[in-house]
Amino acid sequence: MTHRSAEPPPDLFPIHNGRAAELSRVVDLPFAGLALAVESAPPRERRVAALFGVPEEARGVRLYAVLAQDEESVLEAGSALVEGDAFPSMTPRCAEVHLFEREIAEQWGLRPEGHPWLKPVRFHRPYRGADVWGREAPVVGVTDFYRVEGEEVHEVAVGPVHAGVIEPGHFRFQCHGEQVFHLEISLGYQHRGVERALRGGPDKRTIHFMETLAGDTTIGHATAYCQVLEGLAGCRPSARAQALRAVALELERLANHTGDLGALAGDVGFLPTAAYCGRLRGDFLNLTALLCGSRFGRGMVRPGGVGFDVDAARVAEMKKRLEAAARDVEGAVGLLWTTASVQARFEETGAVAENVARELGLVGVAARACGLRRDARKNHPSGIYQFAHIPISTWHSGDVFARAYVRWMEIQRSVAFIKEQLGQLPAGAVSAKCGEPRPGRICASLVEGWRGEICHVALTDERGRFRAYKVVDPSFHNWTGLQMALRDQQISDFPLCNKSFNLSYCGHDL
Amino acid sequence: MLKILLERMRQGYRTSGYPAEVPVLPDRFRGMPALAPEKCPDGCRACAEACPTDAIVVKPGELSVDLGRCLFCTDCMRACPEGAISYTSEYRLAARQRADLIVKSGQAAPRAAALEERLTKMFGRSLKLREVSAGGCNGCEADVNVLGTVVFDLARFGIQMVASPRHADGLLITGPVTENMKLALKKTYDAVPPPKIVIAVGACAISGGPYVGQQEQHDGADSVVPVDLYVPGCPPHPFTILDGLLALLGRLDEKRLQGAAAAAKS
Repeated sequence: MTHRSAEPPPDLFPIHNGRAAELSRVVDLPFAGLALAVESAPPRERRVAALFGVPEEARGVRLYAVLAQDEESVLEAGSALVEGDAFPSMTPRCAEVHLFEREIAEQWGLRPEGHPWLKPVRFHRPYRGADVWGREAPVVGVTDFYRVEGEEVHEVAVGPVHAGVIEPGHFRFQCHGEQVFHLEISLGYQHRGVERALRGGPDKRTIHFMETLAGDTTIGHATAYCQVLEGLAGCRPSARAQALRAVALELERLANHTGDLGALAGDVGFLPTAAYCGRLRGDFLNLTALLCGSRFGRGMVRPGGVGFDVDAARVAEMKKRLEAAARDVEGAVGLLWTTASVQARFEETGAVAENVARELGLVGVAARACGLRRDARKNHPSGIYQFAHIPISTWHSGDVFARAYVRWMEIQRSVAFIKEQLGQLPAGAVSAKCGEPRPGRICASLVEGWRGEICHVALTDERGRFRAYKVVDPSFHNWTGLQMALRDQQISDFPLCNKSFNLSYCGHDL
Repeated sequence: MLKILLERMRQGYRTSGYPAEVPVLPDRFRGMPALAPEKCPDGCRACAEACPTDAIVVKPGELSVDLGRCLFCTDCMRACPEGAISYTSEYRLAARQRADLIVKSGQAAPRAAALEERLTKMFGRSLKLREVSAGGCNGCEADVNVLGTVVFDLARFGIQMVASPRHADGLLITGPVTENMKLALKKTYDAVPPPKIVIAVGACAISGGPYVGQQEQHDGADSVVPVDLYVPGCPPHPFTILDGLLALLGRLDEKRLQGAAAAAKS
């Protein structure tokens, strides 16, 4: 294959988080060139933030890649037209695109030749004709599952409906006694067709799709979307609006991290922290409700700014309640680190090695718990994060303990950040008029949600409507990380490992 | 151990006084809409056009909102030049009949009647529910989960979420029922021994919510199973869900509730 030659990878078109660029300037490469750029991304310290197909009338499907260069805060975009119904898979040399290629195979019927694990992702009707498995109306869960054969090997299948109050997904364990050889996760049960519905937008439903893409990440996804729209329209929200968005984003992080630490405590049978954190999670949700009336931040982030302003009395009340909740979280979570029975279950359970995390392109807490310095707030700052920095919290051991401890460090950072922001809110209006998206543009937006990097990419057509809208929830990158964490673990540690990732089903299924 | 005990004392008693006390909701909480069609200029349809789920119907001199579709998002309020739509803090919104969720001006918020006596006798003091998320965004799921925390403490009412439909008296369904969850939902329903009840929580489970009309889903739970209680919201406040559950079981004393509300106001 030509792209394996010693040629240097082609230069892609540099773009920035939340700033639109003319679509015609995105480098149009032969496929081999795009493949070379993608495959050389990992050794050149780049990550694949998005890879997706966009149909091009009569000619085929154009693949767009958005690479993230974390150290220099630059995103790079390139594209290549795939004519025919196949392209050489890039996964063997760049593992982090494995799920993107499966997605393209399912949506557009393009076969990534040589893909080592080519299976459906969401089990939906393909966007055109048939998918690469020849299906026009797939049935969820009907696929080839990886199987270990042999005496004493057994298979455990769980889901889609689980024991807890959680979203549906199917999990298959290949086990020898208690030992898990491999866990395969097959999702798609939550597929609501969001990306398909976003095409041709924006319209009056768009923001509500965004707020419910992953309902626990309402602020994260709505912010990513608003950044896209504001970039495309050339609108600049005020500093006050940016600060309030960041306050809401960190409150979302506080609520979820606190809830997760409580759930982890519950899964090892340590009920004090489980009970306290369950309540405290609600206290943070109620802080968001104090801001905008909704515990999940519905209605808070809107194109052009935010839907709700705060006055001095509300700021004072928020600070008071934040400080009280932070004190209680410190006490509740502190018990985890001083209780030997908890530590014994957290440490060395579900470890993911740094090189595996890097190779799979993990993001967010899961990546930082493996020592990777990946945090869009620092690496690709937008909004108020350009001026107010949050240090990246990492740990090195990659296990359940690390994922718990990174959350605890981030809780402390978020509390300090919110206090600082509330103490110095810039003056001004909180909402500006956001015009219509300009035609023929591309805009990529990265937001560090509580799970990790949220990436939205929009392309507009000649009328300024969405020709394509790609959503990459952090869970899309990280589900494979959970599969790797379970290798050689006991099946009874699955709930604990699962909780330590706490990934989104609907964010993945879209 | 000493640390654990000290922390236990510090964290204190946190269970809400509900239903003896009126829950304190945030001042910006959006509950039952207040409609004032007399303010509507002739021919104005701004609210209906702004509504993302087409929950509003405008007729001459009349406004109605389908709470089963409403996302409580304020898009209508912001679109209305006359202030004909606003939201009150009324959080009690659950209903037994789908049609009861369509409210007009001057109409009180829906109230859920108790189950028939045979069922309240059976479930009134012990109700086990299996939750099925069928395309829910984890908003409703999260605020159902929260009912199990010390603040709401669902168990004190004898209500419990159980792991298997075989152990359940009914289902609590969230999400619009995606095509990919339709069969699993039906099978879970079939696995619950009769008599059984079904509770649809959130705009998605009632009507499809923001996803209404999308080909990948089925516009709510009652497309697959019969529903006994609808709890509106996107997501509903935990107290809205709790109120619906207790009303369904005949566990709410309306007089006492009104007394508590009056006491809270004075």
